[in-house]
Amino acid sequence: MTGNPALRRVVITGAGSVNPLASDVPGTFAALAEGRVAIGALDLPDLDRLSIRIGAPVRGWQPDAYFTRQEQALYDRAVQFAVVAARQAVTQSALVLGSDEGFQAGVVLGTGGGGSTTTDEAYRAVYAEGRSRVHPFTVPRLMPNAAAAHLAMNHGLRGPSFTVSTACASSNHAMGLAFQMVRSGAAPVMLTGGAEATLSFGGIKAWEGLRVLSPDGCRPFCASRNGLVQGEGAAIFVFEERDRAVGRGAPILAEVVGFAMTSDAADIVLPDPEGARRAMAGALVDAGLPPDTVGYVNAHGTGTTANDRSESLAIRAVFGPNPPPVSATKSMHGHLLGAAGAVELWAVLLALGEGVIAPTAGWRAPDPECGLDVVPNVARRAGVEVALSNAFGFGGMNACLALRKA
Amino acid sequence: MDGLVAGVRNEIEARVVEILASQALCDAGSLTPETRLADLGIDSLGLAEVLFAIEERFDISVPFNANRPDEGAGAFSSVGAVCAAIEALVRNQKG
Repeated sequence: MTGNPALRRVVITGAGSVNPLASDVPGTFAALAEGRVAIGALDLPDLDRLSIRIGAPVRGWQPDAYFTRQEQALYDRAVQFAVVAARQAVTQSALVLGSDEGFQAGVVLGTGGGGSTTTDEAYRAVYAEGRSRVHPFTVPRLMPNAAAAHLAMNHGLRGPSFTVSTACASSNHAMGLAFQMVRSGAAPVMLTGGAEATLSFGGIKAWEGLRVLSPDGCRPFCASRNGLVQGEGAAIFVFEERDRAVGRGAPILAEVVGFAMTSDAADIVLPDPEGARRAMAGALVDAGLPPDTVGYVNAHGTGTTANDRSESLAIRAVFGPNPPPVSATKSMHGHLLGAAGAVELWAVLLALGEGVIAPTAGWRAPDPECGLDVVPNVARRAGVEVALSNAFGFGGMNACLALRKA
Repeated sequence: MDGLVAGVRNEIEARVVEILASQALCDAGSLTPETRLADLGIDSLGLAEVLFAIEERFDISVPFNANRPDEGAGAFSSVGAVCAAIEALVRNQKG
């Protein structure tokens, strides 16, 4: 859509993340490039009553290092991750909003579970422990828009702020909407991304019932795959109108050039390859780019049989028999559900900015039904000009972003 | 003694068939061991519900991963296969 002069170009001028691989920018890049796996044994109350005991937690998280006592009383674990990631992103961007701009700039985040740790703890207190009261801030902690609200407060964003929840596609939908708002001129700057913290007893117990969790690791597109592994964390980005960013000399990490969202309207959990295909093809049409310009696809790649086969079909339908390299970094940081697309955008920035394609870790043998170059186990150097990032949620809701090297 | 074992087995089978029939919204009498779950319209989501009901009914744990449908307790492809697998699990876990 670069042909439409009414539309602004949108660039990323800041990025921050707290995720299972690292709690900062350099650490996240280094871990992705190394193919480091952060999946391991969980340590939770009542772990012996879970059949799945692995995950990718943010280990050694120390709220005291970042927050006052009052902030900790108000911030669910997911909100904590988002607030710290946003501080990193805004610092990198050196973002300063003029007084008028503050009324236009906003924040749109994705989350699947909202404050699910808070919910889990409160339920445990009243149902399991028989207590008569829960913390007075339980509601403002657990509400799904809490992270967006705190980011707006912390950074003076008085324009459009909200949260979208489309299961595992949440943060791609959020970033796509932020992109559209900056591109249309509705906002000069948007903070966007996602946050998730569902590695609680109840959060895992609920997933166990679907029988799609792996007991031993996440190996997307591998013949030995046996399911997904939950992760947690947040990633936040500064999406900014390009002329504004260039004018102030801001760092430009990548350009967001296209976005499309589709709905399978078919099955509540099983993916339809056609919906995924339409999302990828639509993002390229939106970007005005042909498929052969794409040098990397960050897959949704959950490690479930249903997703991996459906996504492979969709990728080959978009790109033909020889698709570009595809990798699934959930093999390292797990599935961050509503924050998945946001954390995985880091792999896209690594490819576009550093020319390094993060691998699909834990991969052992090809699944003939996938038939993709999944960059197995070892990162690869490649000059990537354009990349796609996929996120497909339960409910058959798909969101794909197209980004270009800055 | 053999009669007692057979009686327990029939009891398990009857409860499993009841659960499958309830999931498929059909009459338990219409099911045979050869009836395939797919023909009853029980898809992967339906099977997850069936296994939940069975685990609750017999207080057992059924090891089944939807990503590896041929591994674990057995392939839950037909009414007979489900009954046999559940009888074995009950014997092992409650025996």
